[in-house]
Amino acid sequence: MKRSLAQRSVIAPHVVWSVLFIIAPLLFMLFYAFTGPDGSFTFENVSRLFTGNYVLIFVNSLCLALIATVICLIIAYPLAYVFTKLTPKWQKICMLLLMIPLWMNFLITTYSWMTILEDTGIINTILGKIGLSVHMINTPGAVVVGMVFCYLPYMVLPIYSVMSGIDHKLIEASQDLGASSRQVLTKVVLPLSVPGVISGITMVFVPQVSTFYISQKLGGGTFQLIGDTIESYFTGVSVNYHFGAALSLILMVLIIISMGVMNHFADPEDVTGRPML
Amino acid sequence: MKNTSCKPLRKASVILAALLLAALIAVLCSCGQETDKVYIYNLGEYLADGSEGIFDCISGFEEYYEELTGRKLKVYYTTFDSNEDLYAKISGGASGYDVIFPSDYMVERLISEDLLLPIDIEATCEKYGAECNLENIGEQFRGLYYDPEDAYSVPYTYGRVGIIYNTNYVDEEDLGGWDILWNEKYKGKILQFNSARDGFGTAQYHLGIDVNTTDPEEWQKCLDLLLEQKSLVQGYVNDEVYNKMESGEAWIAPYYDGDYFFMLDVNEDLGFYYPEPTNVFVDTMCVPKGAPDKEIGELFINYMLSEEPAIASAEFIYYASPNSVVYESEEYAEDMGEEVMEVLYPEDFDMQAEFEKNAYRNLDPATLEIISSMWEELKISGGMPTHVYIVAAVLAIVIAAALAVMAVRSRKRSKWW
Repeated sequence: MKRSLAQRSVIAPHVVWSVLFIIAPLLFMLFYAFTGPDGSFTFENVSRLFTGNYVLIFVNSLCLALIATVICLIIAYPLAYVFTKLTPKWQKICMLLLMIPLWMNFLITTYSWMTILEDTGIINTILGKIGLSVHMINTPGAVVVGMVFCYLPYMVLPIYSVMSGIDHKLIEASQDLGASSRQVLTKVVLPLSVPGVISGITMVFVPQVSTFYISQKLGGGTFQLIGDTIESYFTGVSVNYHFGAALSLILMVLIIISMGVMNHFADPEDVTGRPML
Repeated sequence: MKNTSCKPLRKASVILAALLLAALIAVLCSCGQETDKVYIYNLGEYLADGSEGIFDCISGFEEYYEELTGRKLKVYYTTFDSNEDLYAKISGGASGYDVIFPSDYMVERLISEDLLLPIDIEATCEKYGAECNLENIGEQFRGLYYDPEDAYSVPYTYGRVGIIYNTNYVDEEDLGGWDILWNEKYKGKILQFNSARDGFGTAQYHLGIDVNTTDPEEWQKCLDLLLEQKSLVQGYVNDEVYNKMESGEAWIAPYYDGDYFFMLDVNEDLGFYYPEPTNVFVDTMCVPKGAPDKEIGELFINYMLSEEPAIASAEFIYYASPNSVVYESEEYAEDMGEEVMEVLYPEDFDMQAEFEKNAYRNLDPATLEIISSMWEELKISGGMPTHVYIVAAVLAIVIAAALAVMAVRSRKRSKWW
């Protein structure tokens, strides 16, 4: 179909934008990752990734992101399901409540979590009144809490949007055919909501793998994630764009692979739900 | 039918987009025709900015400039977190700033990489008919190593690294040296710098190693000491140190002297001392290469040396000032209090000699890379507790199993159909 001039002129800024701010930076990253400081082609940056501690850093990041993503999913799925059962008015209110944390700067929410989880923080002060104390700050657990809190809405939204789009006739049909409410959930709603789950996982897992601020504040800098490492190569004591770019590149490749696997296995051919986002 | 009903809507959206674009262009073109602009890039909370009812250097300079030249001026003031952030921005080329506030070793680095403009404040003042305040800078703060001719920089503040401790929990007998940072008694209550140079510095001063050594073995010794310390350290922090020391979450932290008084305002139980030897630093004002308007930048630097903004800033940020108008002012001494003055301006302090011995210098790229990778090693070592890996592995297996089941099921179903 040929596009009219008006259509094309509306699309043009978007194309220019994508080229300038998505494609060009990617090319820059590729360029830096495969060149040395003198500008000559080299594999050194990429091969250096497999020496020393970098593999461990990647494993650490992936582990924490995986745990946080699963917790997000466990919390978000029932939440989204409950939301769809509410009246439209309450659905709106609940969505609003879910969105409000997103309007706050995430640096501030992370800083607040720091003061909540500290040994002299709010939780331990209250626990202290009954003679208990739990050490939480500066542990991987604290980082996971921060990640779950920051990214939970991104998991709820796509699942909710797919679930609320499920044709109610399908549920009625299954009930007419004698399905119990548990069967309706596992045989009808669950398979139909898979696209939402997949896009939720994508939206949560990817930023969690590359997170850096949360790990610094809630982890106390006692262990390093891949995001911290990349940052240190751009603003640290020894700036090295080339190695930083190689780290970013490998991170991206890893994420694309894991997402590809995810999408391949869970590709729901017979599902008509519409994944938003 | 559908097509025709869409058309007016489409047309309307195109017109709307065009109008928006036109409005945007109009806005972009209209501003900044008559007023001059100056771009200042400073550390956070590092200048009297009118908060808490104190003097505002920024609007003060705008008025001063208007009086001087009859032209309006708008100051664009932004802040950075660390010298390394500043470097990342400046080294990328045209930064668009007129005045930056780098520390001593960073000035040396910026000069060596030809990223600063030589400044001539006297000439600019003469040109604009302004009173030149350059001579307010104390004698002992001139010609410091990073800029021997004072051609690129004007000192703004100076200070030293000391140990902040909580008097409620830390015994008096443990005070005095760097060894408190390695004291088993305070395990889990000690903070450490989260920047490589400062972090290694604590170990170097403790061991009596030159902080500017280029011998990898000496750096390795420091790394070993820091690794040993890691089990005692609560966290590696920058700005969080305020929060954690004020609340009593941590008891001992090495930090810059001026910031101690910030914390003392909140928590009276904090104490402070300088271990020997310790780092001395100078923060300066410079004009970077590619500055849009170098002369206004120079006027700003000159203005910051004059009495009112200099005293107001020194009182606000609590760092010692190399400006004689400040440190000779009785009013300033009174406002700061005797105790503060004693810490910031000790009588027997020989700036030149201390600076010669204990200031960080810019090191060669190879050494910087060694430091960087050693710091990385420190941060990674020990790593995460094993249960994290176990949980992650279990989850990964569960997910893989779930995916496999789903894949098998969907294949079965499609066969059946």
